[in-house]
Formats: sequence, C-alpha cells, structure tokens
Amino acid sequence: MYTQALNVKDTALPAADPQREARFQARIDAEEKIEPNDWMPDGYRQTLVRQIAQHAHSEIVGMHPEGNWITRAPSLKRKVALLAKVQDEGGHGLYLYSAAETLGVSREELVEQLLDGRQKYSSIFNYPTMTWADVGVIGWLVDGAAIMNQIPLCRCSFGPYARAMIRICKEESFHQRQGYEIMVALCRDGTPAQKAMAQDALNRWWWPVLMMFGPSDQDSQHTDKSMRWKIKRFTNDELRRKFVDATVPQGRYLGLTFPDPDLKFDETTGHWAFGAIDWSEFRRVVSGDGPCNRQRLRQRKRAHERGAWVRAAVLAHAAKRRAREQAAAGVAAE
Amino acid sequence: MTEKNIPLWEVFIRSRTGLAHRHAGSVHAADAEMALQNARDVYTRRGEGLSIWVVPSHVITASDPADRDSLFEPTASKIYRHPSFYDVPEEVGHM
Repeated sequence: MYTQALNVKDTALPAADPQREARFQARIDAEEKIEPNDWMPDGYRQTLVRQIAQHAHSEIVGMHPEGNWITRAPSLKRKVALLAKVQDEGGHGLYLYSAAETLGVSREELVEQLLDGRQKYSSIFNYPTMTWADVGVIGWLVDGAAIMNQIPLCRCSFGPYARAMIRICKEESFHQRQGYEIMVALCRDGTPAQKAMAQDALNRWWWPVLMMFGPSDQDSQHTDKSMRWKIKRFTNDELRRKFVDATVPQGRYLGLTFPDPDLKFDETTGHWAFGAIDWSEFRRVVSGDGPCNRQRLRQRKRAHERGAWVRAAVLAHAAKRRAREQAAAGVAAE
Repeated sequence: MTEKNIPLWEVFIRSRTGLAHRHAGSVHAADAEMALQNARDVYTRRGEGLSIWVVPSHVITASDPADRDSLFEPTASKIYRHPSFYDVPEEVGHM
C-alpha cells in the first residue's frame, strides 16, 4: 500500500558522514534493529518518516470508503464486523503515527502535511465504494494486498516500525477473512444478481489493487536504497507476483473471472502471468486526479476543523484542573 | 501552527497476571485520565491487557546509545557473576 512512499525522490540532504554510515550499514547487515536514539543517516530518517507517515495516512483515509457502508450493512453481523474493522484501521493509523513520532516529527506536523497535500496516502483509497460487494472486495483484495506488503515490514530494520507492523498484521488477518466471507456469501450462496454485483466490484477493483504495489521495478526510484537499508525486503514486482499467485485461485473458487484477458498460468515459471498495467492511471490518481481524491481530502479537512473545538476544550480543561491542584497545594503548604 | 500541541504519553501494558508492564507505544492526550482511555482504545481492543500505565513522555530519561560500551561492556568481563563460573563436584549432583 503502503510502501508507495518509497518510490518518491528525496530532497537535498546535508553532507554525508562516510565512517558513521559504514558503521550504520554494518549494523543493518548484521540484522540489528535501529532504535530512535541511535545515529542514522539523514536519508534513512527522511525515508522512514515519509514512508511511515504515508502508511499512517493510508490507514486513516482508508476508513472513509468503508465507513460509507456502516449504516447500510445488510445485517447486524456484517455491521459489527465492519465497525470493528474500521475502528482497527483508525488504531493502525495511531500505532504508525506513534512510530513516526519517534523519529522527531510531531503528530500535528504529520496531520498538517496530509491535509495540505505534502504527504500522500495510498492511491487505492481514491476509488469509490459503489455497492456492498465493494466492501467484500476491499477486505479480500485491498487488505490481502496490504498483508502481502506488510508482512515483510515486520522485519524492517527500524524497531518501532517493525513492532507496529507485527501488531497490525495480527489484526489484519480478520479484515481479509471477513471480506472473503462476504464474497462467498454473494458468489456461492447468493442470487445471480448478487453474484453479478460481486463480479462488477472485482472488475472495478482488480487493476487499482495491482497498482497498490507501486511502479514496476524498472521505474521505481530508490528501491535499491530501501532494500539496502532493509526497510523493504522485496521489490514491488516480487510482491505483486506473490499476490496474484495467491489470489487467482481464491477468485476461481468464487466462480468469478478476472478482468484481464492475458491472465494465464505459466507452466514453465509456476506463476500466473498477467497483462500490462495502465501506469498512466496510477500516475493520475497519485497526483490527485482520481475519482475521489478531492472528496477524501475534503472529508479529512472537515473532520479536523470540526474537531478543533474539542482539542481546545480538553487542553483548557486540563490547564484549569492543573491550576486548581496547584492552588490547593499552595493553600495546604501555608 | 496556531493550535497548541496535545502532550505525548508512553503506554505500558500488563498482558497477564504475574507479568511486568511492557511498553506498547504512545498516545496523545490532554491529561492522565484521557491518556488512559485513549491507551485502552488504541492498544487493548482484543484483550491484550489487564492493567495500563501511562507516563508523560517528557519525564522519561533514557541512556544514550553512544554510551552503550562504557555502561554495559564491563559486565561482559565479570564472568564470576554467573553460576557456571563455579565448579561443583559431580558426586554432589545438581545444585
């Protein structure tokens, strides 16, 4: 998803310190975890802040497309599951913000950079959720792709990020399974109309989901560096291939077809071969011109602005109580 | 930035009776009571804890990683602090 920020160029950095960098790289090569107070190259810090922040923002914005269906879930069972899942996404965002903050950036700065567009979130959340089947497809495919991306991040060289990812991966498994269960209900136990709805959702989401893994390895900036620093363990194309291999049989079980005429099993490689991805669509969505980019940011800004009085009130309340306690302590001392 | 920042708290959770509290992450909150509530919502959604501590992050004093050798290396040479340093005759059995 969730590693799309690793494909962006760094800004200018101060002069390097080759000796310390060599010692740092030796620690990474020895699979030692880097902790917040340890020395690290500015590039490593900058890459991680951007990457963890983008990941956190994705979790937060990711609540919108699904939140859209909470009030219209078809049963109480589906509703409590969806509520719990959306609450988890919020929680994942908070674990990740807390990991990013250990690198010396404040929560407020991160939120500000999301709202003014300096930091991004995953391209996938700029697509609309038109039907209930979209909720199933998001759990099955979007969370499935996220898991594929996130499991290697549990071994990321930066300790706080790796620890947050372990927690997230444990919770994410429920998300994917509840999504697939929705798909089974629609496709195997549902009416022809329900199955057609599921097929339509798969048709719309399949290509955007494959784009979640980011540009192809030839076009990806800085994959080398992220791999050398062990922030990333597999390339975009490797993860995408693993995801397609895992997903195609699941789709076949549902009796659905994938919207790719070139999708076929390659006996020689043992992998599913798939057609060319339309990278112009990916670039368009990332640069702000996807179906829902403006709506998502508008919703985030509105939520932030409408919460301003709450943030001011809790701080005022805390200050008032502190002042009272201090006054009482003063009286007691006299 | 016109808004005031909301303070940061470190969260420690005891996962089971008999275990020590362990660092779980951090939360933002205006006061201790809200920090506890936020920690409960963020870090214990699936029965991960029986007890939570929250500590204002700014009151924690940490050792400097650069001092690691001078702080911790001396213990490596004091092998006589470990039971395996001492010989017990085999006839005596396990001690």
